[in-house]
Amino acid sequence: MKRDAMLLVDALRDPSGITELDADGWTALLAMARAEQLLGTVARRLSGLSVPGAVANILGEARINAEYQRRSALWEADCARRALAGYPGKVVLMKGTAYAAAGLKASEGRHIGDLDIMVARDDLPQVEAALLAAGWEWVKSDPYDDAYYRDHMHELPPLIHKERDRMIDVHHTILPLTARPKPDAVAMLEDAVALENGLYVLSPRDMVIHSAAHLFADGELDGGLRNLWDIHCLLAEFGDESFWQMLKSRAEHHQLWPAVYRAGRLAHRLYGTEIAKDWQRRNRWDNWYAKRLTARDDWGRGTRKFIRLIFYIRSHWLRMPPLMLARHLWVKWRKPV
Amino acid sequence: MTGSQPLKYKAEPADRLLVEPLDAITLIYQRRSGITHMVAEPVPEILTAMGSDVLDANAVAIRLASQFELNDAEAIHIVAARLEEMAALGLVERVHA
Amino acid sequence: MHEFRVQVGPAAFRIGSAWKRPLDQLAELYRDYPVPEVPDYSVRLKAVSFWRRFIRPSVAINGDYMLPDAAPLPLVQGLLAAEMAMNLQMALGWRRHLLLHASAVEKNGRAVIMTGASGSGKSTLAAMLGCRGWRLMGDEFVLLDPVTGELAPFPRLISLKNEAIGAMQAMALDGRFGPLMTGTPKGNIRHLVPARDAIRSMAEPAQPALLLFPSFGFEPAVREISLSEVFMRLTQASTNYVALGERGFTTLTRFIKTVPARAIDYRDGQEAEALVDRLWSELA
Repeated sequence: MKRDAMLLVDALRDPSGITELDADGWTALLAMARAEQLLGTVARRLSGLSVPGAVANILGEARINAEYQRRSALWEADCARRALAGYPGKVVLMKGTAYAAAGLKASEGRHIGDLDIMVARDDLPQVEAALLAAGWEWVKSDPYDDAYYRDHMHELPPLIHKERDRMIDVHHTILPLTARPKPDAVAMLEDAVALENGLYVLSPRDMVIHSAAHLFADGELDGGLRNLWDIHCLLAEFGDESFWQMLKSRAEHHQLWPAVYRAGRLAHRLYGTEIAKDWQRRNRWDNWYAKRLTARDDWGRGTRKFIRLIFYIRSHWLRMPPLMLARHLWVKWRKPV
Repeated sequence: MTGSQPLKYKAEPADRLLVEPLDAITLIYQRRSGITHMVAEPVPEILTAMGSDVLDANAVAIRLASQFELNDAEAIHIVAARLEEMAALGLVERVHA
Repeated sequence: MHEFRVQVGPAAFRIGSAWKRPLDQLAELYRDYPVPEVPDYSVRLKAVSFWRRFIRPSVAINGDYMLPDAAPLPLVQGLLAAEMAMNLQMALGWRRHLLLHASAVEKNGRAVIMTGASGSGKSTLAAMLGCRGWRLMGDEFVLLDPVTGELAPFPRLISLKNEAIGAMQAMALDGRFGPLMTGTPKGNIRHLVPARDAIRSMAEPAQPALLLFPSFGFEPAVREISLSEVFMRLTQASTNYVALGERGFTTLTRFIKTVPARAIDYRDGQEAEALVDRLWSELA
């Protein structure tokens, strides 16, 4: 029996392999999928296949849940659309909600949490005012956190709707301002694609680039298998001969080629994603990434603590220059819980 | 709000709503949002009267006049207030010219 | 890690624990229940930190579904931690039925459902009626099938609190009680194994026939409740109404339109039983 989340990776990559699973194998697969927030995706990938009755019930439940998250996410986007009807600029949906609104395969069964939108940086005050007028309010009132967000992050401090209890993150670019790569947010907005309802999503290239940036730069690769599955689906949907070169030059423009390149290699390695021939190179660090991404046991618990720690420190390093990191951690520690 | 044109509204299409009258309260389940609204008169009546047309409060009040014995000024006032509440809930949408 | 599995009604659980004792207690109390092959949910009882596994051991709850602020419990309350964790999985995860925070008992294939705030006595009432000719279907959660409208039993261990412990000790058989846990967040708690027939027939659904909103501590009385109030109170008693979407709406509206509802006040078990019997013969 497989000892890590390669069990989950293989089920997503080739669902027909599940016929070999026994009860313990299923138990482990389902626990890992839940821990990676991929159970809804697994349920979609396995639909139509014959599975044990108990498993069918669990997958059915996951489908109901995914439907609920999709419905709520699209409605929340629509609420934002109505609240911002008077705003003339582009309102760009991001991540899960964008995939669902654009009808992309990456949204099938996907867990979708908060609403993420992107607008032009100069318009933030106007957008903020419109959302506050439509019933959203600040989650945090701590002045340090607030100043931190505004000075260093790529988004407003999170807002929550007082009646629907749903969060919205308003971004003006895709990475924290302190991160080393400086993506060209203006170009991203310029290229964004209109949906029927007047909202926008990123262009296919920028969508892949954002997804890759999100995989490596946000967090400690937690939920990495889910993000990598997004990339797999996006590349499978967009990737033709002409796409690869366009993607590379665009990623270079956004200073995010290393992230996109690595994401492509890892998707190819784990999920069998088709990528350009000359991208299929071996990289020494990819082994570590793959080990980190699949570090789960049959209870869904995170394993490989040492590798996790390396990625934790690395991820903070990526987001913030060291001195700023020290100051940030100090303020966080000092604050009473 | 201060423009010379009165605000116009469009109702959520009837096939996207499940309406269940209980007593003084009517339940309206909205398929798109998954939200159940508990509403009182004249909200269900407004939705029915609007159908799929784009209307301002005045036009809705005229359509409701046959059902409610209200004088015109009062009716428009009530309907306008309800339409704004319904817009906040997403049951009707403001139509921008 | 030690492991225990149990099937309660339609739900199957796997419980892992850093300590053996809470699982031995569970195995003893759930001895008549089936053991599932593939669990619906996994729950873990783990030490707050490595050292706290040995020194003043403290149980942190972990599982497929978690609350970020669930406070740890001392090891002697490990059984309670496991029960709370299983309830949490149901409350946050279950989507196969409309889940109501309520108790239910059955007779001749038809069920009385009791719901209300904690302290209303719904759990104790169900436990008592379960010893007096009714079949206990559940003391905490009621599961409504969206397709058939029937009630699926969820007869987990009955969680008795404070005064209810003494009252039930006078009524239920010896050998069906768990250890007395004092000083828990909810006072004293002692678990009671449901009667054998309740466990044996835990796959048999019932038709909902009467809905009661009990209030403990008042002169006996019966009040009618408007449909809209019933609807509102039941949505508040459900943890998955919104998640079920249209299915939840049609299930709940069908339920409230076909099942008569009353609020009842009572001061003791005898009064409550008399009221339930009366309303059962009048309405159900």
